[in-house]
Amino acid sequence: MLYFSTWKTVAVIALCALGILFALPNVLPQSVRDQYPSWFPARTVVLGLDLQGGSQLLLEVDGDALRKSRATALQEDVRRVLREARIGTTAIQLNGNTVSATLRDPSQRDLALEKLRTLATPVGGSLFGGAGPVEVDVSSQGDRGVAATLTEAALQARIRSAVDQSLQIVDRRVNELGTVEPSIQREGADRILLQVPGLQDPQRLKDILGQTAKLEFRLVDLSMPPEQAAAGRPPEGSEVLQEDRGGQTAPILVEKRVLVSGEDLTDAQAGFNQQTHEPIVNFKFNTKGARAFGEVTQANVGKPFAIVLDDKVISAPRINEPITGGQGQISGNFTVQSANDLAVLLRAGALPAPLTVIEERTVGPGLGQDSINAGTRATWYAALFVVVFMFATYGVFGFFANIALAIHVIFIFALMSLLGATLTLPGIAGIVLTIGTAVDSNVLIYERIREEFRAGRSMVSAIEAGFRHAFAVIFDSNSTMAIAAVILFLLGSGPVRGFAVVFLLGILTTVITAVTMTRMMIAVWYRRTRPQTMPF
Amino acid sequence: MRLLRIFPDDSKFRFVRWRVLSFPFSAAISVLTIVLFLTMGLNFGIDFTGGTLIEIQPKSGAADPGAVRTLARSFEVGDVEVQEIGSAGDISVRFRTQPGGEAAQSALVQRARAAFEKDFNIRRVETVGPRVSGELVQSGTLGVVLSIVAVLAYLWFRFELQFAIGAIIGTLHDIVLTLGFFVITREEFNMTSIAAILTIVGYSLNETVVVFDRTRELLRKYKNLPTPELLDLSINSTMSRTVMTATTTALSLLALVLFGGQAIQGFANVMLYGVIICTYSAIFVSSPMLIYLGVKTSARAAADDKAAAAAKAAAISRRPA
Repeated sequence: MLYFSTWKTVAVIALCALGILFALPNVLPQSVRDQYPSWFPARTVVLGLDLQGGSQLLLEVDGDALRKSRATALQEDVRRVLREARIGTTAIQLNGNTVSATLRDPSQRDLALEKLRTLATPVGGSLFGGAGPVEVDVSSQGDRGVAATLTEAALQARIRSAVDQSLQIVDRRVNELGTVEPSIQREGADRILLQVPGLQDPQRLKDILGQTAKLEFRLVDLSMPPEQAAAGRPPEGSEVLQEDRGGQTAPILVEKRVLVSGEDLTDAQAGFNQQTHEPIVNFKFNTKGARAFGEVTQANVGKPFAIVLDDKVISAPRINEPITGGQGQISGNFTVQSANDLAVLLRAGALPAPLTVIEERTVGPGLGQDSINAGTRATWYAALFVVVFMFATYGVFGFFANIALAIHVIFIFALMSLLGATLTLPGIAGIVLTIGTAVDSNVLIYERIREEFRAGRSMVSAIEAGFRHAFAVIFDSNSTMAIAAVILFLLGSGPVRGFAVVFLLGILTTVITAVTMTRMMIAVWYRRTRPQTMPF
Repeated sequence: MRLLRIFPDDSKFRFVRWRVLSFPFSAAISVLTIVLFLTMGLNFGIDFTGGTLIEIQPKSGAADPGAVRTLARSFEVGDVEVQEIGSAGDISVRFRTQPGGEAAQSALVQRARAAFEKDFNIRRVETVGPRVSGELVQSGTLGVVLSIVAVLAYLWFRFELQFAIGAIIGTLHDIVLTLGFFVITREEFNMTSIAAILTIVGYSLNETVVVFDRTRELLRKYKNLPTPELLDLSINSTMSRTVMTATTTALSLLALVLFGGQAIQGFANVMLYGVIICTYSAIFVSSPMLIYLGVKTSARAAADDKAAAAAKAAAISRRPA
């Protein structure tokens, strides 16, 4: 055992060299790292937001809102399809995910069912060739009733794709704000974790993300005064919305039919009105949007149309002449900032569903730096305490354990740099803690060697027996610790997960450093010095 | 050079005898803790209750928690908890979840920021929504339960069921007493506390496994030793290691308590306490428990060894040449 084959020695030394190489960037200043050749490992440990300061928002895609809007759209679809087929109805009701229509003429039921089936297109099927889940289930209810139900599978698929879409839109919006290195990740089924290092007040971010920014151009319905519609029942196909008139809101009756929507915008920029010098937003349509807008404005000269953003009417200007150039402007009661924000939102596109901030954590730069300083200080002191104590107890063997301990800490940093793991404040605590527990393996071995030696074995045989017997217990005790750490990693989030990573890596590396490396050092020491008595 | 030796060599302390004291003591203190836990409860942080936490530091001079409290109460947003934290004069202000959802909570944060900004540096702002806090409670509890089950299974596989049960009883004892620490000190209980508890679970088992590993070994060696003596021998022969590891771990945690800063102090305090509890329970709770759980006695173990050897021989002879 006290003989090590050359390749083994080389392998261990190479491993140490690699560890140092990968850990090194963490202590080098940026300027030195910049001069590294490109193939050289220059990655450093990523500091968590709790250490570098910044803001983190956990956003949830509002699935309920998505359900509701899908259901409302289905109701409109059912109404349209039946009207186009000239099928008379007495009522079209929405109940949960089901739209049920009562027909005037029972003989038209089969025709109605057939027409409704045209709505049952698979979700997302056309894009990938394969058929997605079918969007709508069609069924009959009695001899006068037909029903269309949104399928759960299709809704789930919609929510999933809504999250994907939201990720992109959040990314665009956040980047438009000029934030530095934001990180945007999917979390679980319907959440998005947004981290912005260095951001001190996330309010503007929340404002920007809190709007779905669904822009629609619709015609104003002049068939009834809006007050009357608001008090009673608005005409079919129209609804009462609120119009913003300089801080006050007034009801306005608009058609539900969307003439052109924000999806057809290619650009939006904040600017100023030439005459009034008020902030406005200039926009451009794509070809399809430009054509549709041109046709609509041509047909409705003299009538007002409403610019609707998230179900609020920003303004309702009159169409003075057909707008065919595909360009236009939105004026409203904007400030420079709100015009700017609206331009950002329109450029980034509408969110498929509202986002809710369900968790928000902001750490100031002062606290982060204090934590780093305190953590570093604690790490050094812990190392000092343990190193002195080990040396005082085991002499030269303690010295070997201390070298193994140093390599162990280097390995943790190397692995974390390699994996791109995040170092958090609990992670630092984890490092400090592993400094204390890492030497446990050494202690187990040394105490066993000592026992075997006192039982009358020769030095070599005692050392051998010590390593051999201690291995089972090192394995078992570290495994139980690792189980707890793995579970913590799986269930924890953010900083706590950072702790679990460090702790787990610590357990893995300690087995290598404490068992293999110490053994090699002892072997070399024994061959060099040929000691007669146990040094402890 | 004379080296340090904390625990004497060749000790023959009769540890398990102390169970007549340690068992009632541990049982009483566990029951007391559970009663306190049920009556006083834990001081849950916003991770588990939801709400908003703002940590501020005065720009100059000493902090006046009274003034901060008056200011925070002037918002009239329900219960406000104002606390001094650490020695640097930081103050934490905790608001509850506001009725009216995210918008209301956001408005409160804006208002508080504006009010504090003049005289204080804002060090940290955290808001946890009610849904998230519910999930954190769930995953925290699940984590602790799952780790116990997983470790029980592992120990059953590697040792025997009695050992696994003994170790788990010790670990449960440590968890209960750690919760007791939170109940009595009113230390905030948050996600980091769950991390601390799971780490303590790991450490507790680590301690117990080291002793049990020796018991397992001695069980094969001394076939006729009565269980209490066998356990005493196991504990004595692993005692110097136990003391060493407890000391190095405690030393590093002490560094964390003394120099780690206020943000991590809570964790460090609990862990330091946990190390002491775990060391105690490994020696005085888990190990003596084996007397009652009944480890395989010498004759049975020997018979088992023989049976195993016979089975092995049979297996070999049956193997085709």
